[in-house]
Amino acid sequence: MKINRRLFLGTSLTAAAGLAAPAVLGQARPRVVVIGGGAGGATAARYIAKDSKGAIDVVLIEPTRRYYTCFFSNLYIGGFRDMNSIGHGYGKLASDYGVNVVHDYAIGVDRSAKTVALAGGGSIGYDRLVLSPGIDFKEDALPGWDLSAQTAMPHAYKAGTQTELLKAQIEAMPAGGIFCMVAPPNPFRCPPGPYERVSMVAHKLKAENPTAKILIVDPKPKFSKQALFEEGWQNYYGGMIEWIGPDFGGDAVEVRPDTMEVVIDGAVEKVDVCNAIPAMKAGRIAELAGVTNDAGWAPVVPASMQSRMDENIYVLGDACHQGDMPKSGFSANSQAKVCAMSVRGTLTGSKVFPAKYSNTCWSLIETDDGVKVGATYKATEEKIAKVDGFISQTGEAAGLRKQTYEESLGWYAGITADMFG
Amino acid sequence: MRSLAILIALLLQASGAAAEAGDAERGAKIFRQCVSCHQVGDAAKNRVGPHLNGVFGRLAGTVTGFRYSDHMKRANADGLVWTFETLDAFLENPKSLVSATRMNFRGLKKAQDRADILAYLRQYSDKPSDIPESEPTLRDGGPNLDPAVLTLQGDPAYGEYLSSECTTCHQADGSNQGIPSITSWPAENFVVAMHAYKQQLRPHPVMQMLAGRLSDEEIAALAAYFGGLD
Repeated sequence: MKINRRLFLGTSLTAAAGLAAPAVLGQARPRVVVIGGGAGGATAARYIAKDSKGAIDVVLIEPTRRYYTCFFSNLYIGGFRDMNSIGHGYGKLASDYGVNVVHDYAIGVDRSAKTVALAGGGSIGYDRLVLSPGIDFKEDALPGWDLSAQTAMPHAYKAGTQTELLKAQIEAMPAGGIFCMVAPPNPFRCPPGPYERVSMVAHKLKAENPTAKILIVDPKPKFSKQALFEEGWQNYYGGMIEWIGPDFGGDAVEVRPDTMEVVIDGAVEKVDVCNAIPAMKAGRIAELAGVTNDAGWAPVVPASMQSRMDENIYVLGDACHQGDMPKSGFSANSQAKVCAMSVRGTLTGSKVFPAKYSNTCWSLIETDDGVKVGATYKATEEKIAKVDGFISQTGEAAGLRKQTYEESLGWYAGITADMFG
Repeated sequence: MRSLAILIALLLQASGAAAEAGDAERGAKIFRQCVSCHQVGDAAKNRVGPHLNGVFGRLAGTVTGFRYSDHMKRANADGLVWTFETLDAFLENPKSLVSATRMNFRGLKKAQDRADILAYLRQYSDKPSDIPESEPTLRDGGPNLDPAVLTLQGDPAYGEYLSSECTTCHQADGSNQGIPSITSWPAENFVVAMHAYKQQLRPHPVMQMLAGRLSDEEIAALAAYFGGLD
């Protein structure tokens, strides 16, 4: 396995070295480098390669060879999906669309030379750069927490080993133990995500450890789909879940990973599992590229997804600061298509149509009880602005909720096909 | 085999003709005595009895999610198909056709009453068969459309661009894993369905929202593009 990995890295390095010649020289095809192979980056790479029909050289830089989607990772915790079913490779992007997939970390961007430096050495020149790095955590935002705490108190907000760790810790809880979630402040990836996760943890505990308790410590006075989640928690998991908002100290929290304690407004609570989800910022490469603002996000031009700081750079998905769209995989996928159209327009002169954006987020509360929220958006000068929206209603019939859940399965199949081919 | 198909086609034609003799408006009034058990039309659900959308041409005992009596299951196994004739007989005296059906209804003795009610129900059947929710949800009459909208020639290239908004959920290869396939539809069906969402006649919030901001040309373009995909 190790040999394979080394061999593979060796291949990517050679590929990277071969790519280092600046694309602007000679008659080389224009090159687009995409950093990050998630809902934004993979979709952008696929659409640029597919629609330019070979006229643009597309390089995708993504460290992992198998990508686990954050969306549906809560369903893994709840036991509705296995890990393998939310993992995806990049083989089709390479074989069917000619995307050059480089499995390495991007560690720097030289905007004047228009090159990206790789952890494995070497650099890649670009004509346009698409940044879709997702999120990183603000290390100083949650007292007591830094990255070294993520084993004792996993965030599980990047899917994969973190998610598996959190699930294993839940399974190891003593009977009647306490699961504590420290929910993140706004803005953060996947607004309903923490609350869907609580639902899935409750679903699991109800079957395996019914006297266990769930504590949500939340700095926000309200949260996404709140009425729907609270109705579901009441109906299915009555008495198991306690939500502590800012009125009761949810905004004054310290964690102590060494002793597994959570201090809420001065009161020390000993917990068995702590899912600490700290405040977020754009993935680090956006900061290194110098395209982020003081809040840690990358402002973009609403009509094209171009960085407001560098017209040769586009920023997609969770990392960007765009306006009204939630940070979601659906949003990133939607933004990637506008970006792909703009990139092709500037590099090959293809027609650029007006930007259209949309989003829908499904959440599972209990078996066959799915809910959704969604909206359409348009580009204004100032921001991506909401046009129209909807949300599931409380008290909906069981049949409709089941249908909504089944629809989310169809969406998962659809969006992952749209991302990875 | 072919003669059987022709026979069925003739029967269907015959039932269509017979149904037209009924008065759907009057049928709607007569149907009121059925609504404590049966729903039909927009958002109809199974109640004491199954919903009646798409009942014409359907094999008996096949509404998803409804628990049928053993006798209705036997009728299903026997291949009873609901046509104008079989429905007419069933309405006249349910237990004459399916002896221990749970449908406790004394029956409609007047042929005209039965014809009227069947004319009413007929409006909720025979919509495009590959749109799973179209039968239960499309209201009678369909969307109010200028005939010119139906003859608009869509630009498939424009449709391909617009389609990226659809393919986040609907698969371009036409597979259905929980969200219906939208490829290879006849353009007219596609256009009518999209306008039905746009006019909020078909109840699906995502589709109403997305169709709501598509122009006539954009809908025609999408119909042209998806219609050409296998």
